[in-house]
Amino acid sequence: MTAQAKPISKNTTRILGSRALLLPGLVIGIILLILCLLWSITLGAADINTQTVYDALFAFDETSFQHLIIQTVRLPRVLAGVIVGAALAVSGAIMQGLTRNPLADSGILGINSGAAFAVVMAVFLLGNPPLSTYAFFGFIGAGVAAILVYALGSMGRGGTTPLKLTLAGVILSAFVSAFTTAILLGDQETLDKIRFWTAGSLAGREMPLVLQTAPYILVGLFGSLVISRQITTISLGEDVAKGLGQNTAWVRGIAAIMVILLAGGAVALAGPIGFVGLIVPHVVRFIVGVDYRWVVPYSAVLGAILVTVADVGARIIIRPQELPVGVMMAFVGAPFFIWLARWKVKR
Amino acid sequence: MAAQHELKSTWITIRPRWLSFRLDKRVPKIAVLILAFTFITLVFSISYGEYDISPYEVVRTILNINQDHPDYANYKLVVHTFRLPRIVLAFLVGAALATSGTLMQGITRNPLADPYLIGVSGGASLAAVTIIVWVRDVPIGVLPWAAFVGAGLTALAIYTLAWKGGKSTPIRLILIGIALESVLGAVTTVMLLFGNINDVQQAYVWLSGSVYGRNWEHVKALGSWMVVFIPAAFLLARQLNTLGLGDDTAKGLGLRVEWQRGLLMLISVALAAAAVAVAGTIGFVGLVAPHIARRLVGPLHEGLLPVSALFGGALLVLADLIGRWAIAPSELPVGIVTAMIGAPYFLYLFYRNRNQQ
Repeated sequence: MTAQAKPISKNTTRILGSRALLLPGLVIGIILLILCLLWSITLGAADINTQTVYDALFAFDETSFQHLIIQTVRLPRVLAGVIVGAALAVSGAIMQGLTRNPLADSGILGINSGAAFAVVMAVFLLGNPPLSTYAFFGFIGAGVAAILVYALGSMGRGGTTPLKLTLAGVILSAFVSAFTTAILLGDQETLDKIRFWTAGSLAGREMPLVLQTAPYILVGLFGSLVISRQITTISLGEDVAKGLGQNTAWVRGIAAIMVILLAGGAVALAGPIGFVGLIVPHVVRFIVGVDYRWVVPYSAVLGAILVTVADVGARIIIRPQELPVGVMMAFVGAPFFIWLARWKVKR
Repeated sequence: MAAQHELKSTWITIRPRWLSFRLDKRVPKIAVLILAFTFITLVFSISYGEYDISPYEVVRTILNINQDHPDYANYKLVVHTFRLPRIVLAFLVGAALATSGTLMQGITRNPLADPYLIGVSGGASLAAVTIIVWVRDVPIGVLPWAAFVGAGLTALAIYTLAWKGGKSTPIRLILIGIALESVLGAVTTVMLLFGNINDVQQAYVWLSGSVYGRNWEHVKALGSWMVVFIPAAFLLARQLNTLGLGDDTAKGLGLRVEWQRGLLMLISVALAAAAVAVAGTIGFVGLVAPHIARRLVGPLHEGLLPVSALFGGALLVLADLIGRWAIAPSELPVGIVTAMIGAPYFLYLFYRNRNQQ
């Protein structure tokens, strides 16, 4: 079971060969994201043109029905998509760097299920907790799950291997999900309150929930950016990092807190959505290389774009109904995972 | 471990003209013990419920010797029509899954293989959900066939995708199984989104693995598959032992490796599919039962297969009782209970094997 990941850091091929291109690239990414957001806002049961969208955002008119739709339904939805996408992608990037495991993702490692269980448990026990506490319980669940999976996955000789971590994550997910299902089956009331949330979807997210989760995720994103240099070092290997005088235990601890803030917050907002944290960091490393000072912001932008586009896809593929965005991500993500398992995991 | 085991135990050899069988002497003893345990659990499981029947009367009703009892008509209805078929079905499902898991672990030489984990159950349940939601009102006998096709295709896809450089490693099999499972889950979700709400609700309970409300028709549907495939598995036990020595050794001993492996895989998939078709996806039985059976009677499949099957059956009967009792008057699907029992066991295995390759 000692499959070793090919060291991610040896991958020197990157599209943006020159450092001078990195910043303009990021700016282009952000512009692309904004275009996607506008596109997403115009789509829906009532088609609204871009001019109206612009007016609704910058010259809001209370009497206009279309403006109301945008402000109360569509804007929260796209904002949720941006936040969730950025959070999941950055948490995935950090986990991949930290564990030197190309298959790391908050969904695969069971962190999403842990957070989901904690939220369901809270609703079950406390009756009707205020929305603001969802995120809090999400963090507890994500944290406990992350620690358990990491502890299980790094047991034994050879430390953490992709197989050990993945299996530990999948099994913990199965275990925890069994309890989640048990609660939901036994308690109709909880099921009813939480149903919209467990599917992994951006539908029906309202502004207050978005605004309550956003600060945690922003702290997580900012924190990740701050420690990105140390993550680059640690992704070269524990020995190298120590040799360079880094206090690796501290860096790991802080990075873990960031992962928990990001993944827990994202789950609290959108329910469990898998594979974003798996795909985006790989694509980003392909574009910018292994310097986490750039990997982190690029991951945030590309993650936001991916979730926004997936959400648009989920809404237009089977109009007038819509798919949960989590389902869309599984369709895109699983083939990617298979590709990684075939080519990036040795043996 | 195997050598030590050889020294301690004595063997029963069965050698008619056309096959040779060597059985660990502990096997009959352990088999009887498990059967006794199963019977006791079965009696208690039947006696427990909204309409309580004393265990004594349960036994008499099963044997049909209490016809003079004033409540005989009720007893007969509750025991023979409602509770007995479901519990018998639980036993059969457990036995089928355990056998399937034992075969899979033998074929892949991987102690962590399990039809649920490998993704075969996902394929079977997708096929069955498709039939339930889209075709509707199908006779129960058709479901195992559909599930078999779904499971077979999934197994084939996993095997093909894991194939690289002339072989498929256990690591890739497991990782790709996990990935395919999530795609199949997503497709299943889509199916459920478009179905009629009544069918969907039925499909939901069924998906989490349950023997609730099953009748003798289900027992017949699964039983007819098991009658064919369980003996087939037992007959191939010796070939399975040889496969366990490694491909090269097995070839050297004159075994047609790929052919035998394919045949055993087919049996394993058929058993898992039939079980999924009648009871939904029930995980971890196929993982836990072979392991415990191996610790009881050693690694040779002549003894391992029957003991594992019986143990799987007993485990599921017990899990079903726990599921009915835990959150009464509601009921936990038995698949949830097996996950609650099986996942920690898996993690324990994981811990024990932490230093192995």
